[in-house]
Amino acid sequence: MTRLSWWPRERETAEWSGGYAPYDLVKELFIAVGVVALLSVLLTVLFSSPDDRPSTVAQWSRGQPVDFIAAAAKELAGTSNTATYGPPYNHNSDGQHAAFLYPQKWLGVSHPINTANDFVIAPLRTVPDNPTLQSAIAQFEAAPEKTKMAWAEAFAKPLEQYEAALEENKAPGKDVSVDPTTGAVTVKASRTGPVPIMMSGLLDLAKSGGLDGSLLTSRQFFQTDYTKPLLFMSDGGLLAQRAEAQHLLGDQWGMMNETGSYPGQTWLWLYTVWYQVEPFKTSENADILVMLVMGVLSLAFICIPFIPGVRSLPRRIPIYRLIWREHYREHQAEA
Amino acid sequence: MSFAPAPKRSWTTRSREIAVGALPPEKLLPDSQPTYVASWIYVFGVASIAALMVIIGSGAILSLKGPAWWHFTGVGHFFNSIHLWSVELFFFFVVIHLWGKYWMAAWRGGRSRVWITGAITFLVAVPAALTGYVSQQNFDAQWIATQAKDGLNSVGVGAFFNVTNFGQMYSYHVLLLPVAVVALVAAHVLLVRKHGVVPPFELDKKVAVAVSTSQAAPPATGVQGESP
Repeated sequence: MTRLSWWPRERETAEWSGGYAPYDLVKELFIAVGVVALLSVLLTVLFSSPDDRPSTVAQWSRGQPVDFIAAAAKELAGTSNTATYGPPYNHNSDGQHAAFLYPQKWLGVSHPINTANDFVIAPLRTVPDNPTLQSAIAQFEAAPEKTKMAWAEAFAKPLEQYEAALEENKAPGKDVSVDPTTGAVTVKASRTGPVPIMMSGLLDLAKSGGLDGSLLTSRQFFQTDYTKPLLFMSDGGLLAQRAEAQHLLGDQWGMMNETGSYPGQTWLWLYTVWYQVEPFKTSENADILVMLVMGVLSLAFICIPFIPGVRSLPRRIPIYRLIWREHYREHQAEA
Repeated sequence: MSFAPAPKRSWTTRSREIAVGALPPEKLLPDSQPTYVASWIYVFGVASIAALMVIIGSGAILSLKGPAWWHFTGVGHFFNSIHLWSVELFFFFVVIHLWGKYWMAAWRGGRSRVWITGAITFLVAVPAALTGYVSQQNFDAQWIATQAKDGLNSVGVGAFFNVTNFGQMYSYHVLLLPVAVVALVAAHVLLVRKHGVVPPFELDKKVAVAVSTSQAAPPATGVQGESP
C-alpha cells in the first residue's frame, strides 16, 4: 500500500473481520440525488428566494439628496470612511492591526481610490456644456490642499448637523433646505468656495443616472468592477437604512442574514457571533481580531485528530453508542 | 494484433499500479459494507454529495443563461431558487455529517486525512457560497460585499480578493472554488474508500473479555490500540 512519506505514520485500523451486509453505493447516490433535487424543488415552490433590487446612486440622490450631498462633500474633503480607510484603497491610514500585525498595511494599496477625484471631480469633468461648473472645478483644483479641505468641510458641516437632527428626531436647522419639487439642496454656509456649484452639479449628474456610469468607467469599455459605486454608496446612509430594515446590520448578526425571512448564510454564525460580544463589539480593530480568532479556530477544526482532549471527547461522551446502538446491542447479546 | 510490452519504468504503468494498489476496484466500489454501517447518520455524507451535485447542476443552468436571467424571468428565478435551497441543504447535511463524524472520532485508525479533507472542504465551501451571494447582483450582493470587504481587507486578503468586484467574484464562484470543492470531495471520498468506514469504538473491557472467552463472536471492532 502506498503512503505519503512526509505524512506522520498512524496506527492503521485492522481489517474488519466481522460481518458484511450488501450495500449498493451507486443506487444510494442516485436515490440521494433524486431526493435532494425534489427537496430543493419543494423548498423553491414553497419559499422561492429573495431578490431585492439593488440600490443605485441615482435612486440615492433622488430619494435622499441631503444624505447624498453630505456624503459627496465628505468624499471631497477626504473625511469619509472610504477616504480614511487606508489599504487596499489609499494610504490615508494604516488600516486595522492586532498587536504587531499590520497585514492590511503590508499588502498595500491594490485598488487605489482618491475619493475627491474619483467620486466627485472626475465625474463632474464629464458634464458637457457647463462652463460655470468647469470653472468651479478649475478653481477648486487650483486651491491649496488646506483650502480645499476647509471649503468642503464648511459645506459638509451644516449637512451633517441636519442629518444628525433627523436621526435624533429633532427639528433640523434652517441652514439646509430641500426643494420638494426639484429635490435641489440649498446649504447656507460661508467660505465654501466653489463647492456649492460642484455639489449641485454632482447632484444633477447623479439624479440623471450619469454618476452611476461615471463611477464604473475605467480604462476599458466592459465593466465588472463595482468597487467605486459600492464604496461611495456605503459612505452614505441608503444601504445601511435598507440593511437595518432587513435585519442585516452588524449588531443584527450582519451579513449571515439575507433580505426577507430566509436562512441566509447560517454557517457563518461562529464568525458573526464575535461581533456581538466584547471586546470585539466595540474594538476599532474588530475585523482583524475576529478574522484571527476564526483563523485559529479553523486551523484547530482541521487539526482535531491531533488535539489532545478534543480528540478524546467522543470516547468520553458516548454518543457513539447511539450511532452504533445496533452493533453494540448485538455484541452485548452475544457476550 | 500484438502489443509492444510497456517499459518497466513507464510513468503510465507506475501510475496505474499505484492507483490500483491503493484502491483496487472492489474497494473503490464495494457491494457490501461492514454490518456496523447501520445508522441514519451515514446518510448525511451521501446527501452532502447529492446536494453538491444539485448545486452544480442548477448553477450550470444559471451559467448557461447569464447573470441577468434569474432576475427578470420566472424560469430563471426558479432555477436561482433551486440553487439557493440546494446550497442551504448542502451546508445542513455537511454540518450534520461533520458532527456525526466527530462523535464517531472518524479519524481513528489512519483516517486523519479523511477528517482533514472533510474539514477543508467545509472551509472552502464557505467562500464558494460567499462569492455566490456577492455575485447575485441584487441588494443582498451589495450589502454583503460592502460588509465582507472589511473582514477580508483587515487581514490583507482584500488586496487580491475583492468582493466588490463582480467579475472577479463570479469567476471564483463558477469555476475556481467549485473546482476546489469538487477536488476536495473527490479526495475525501477516495480516502474513505481506501481506509473503509471507521469502525465502532471497542466494547467495554468486560464485554470484550466475555466475547473473547466465549470465542463466539468476531472481534468487537477490529481497532487495534486506538487512542483518539
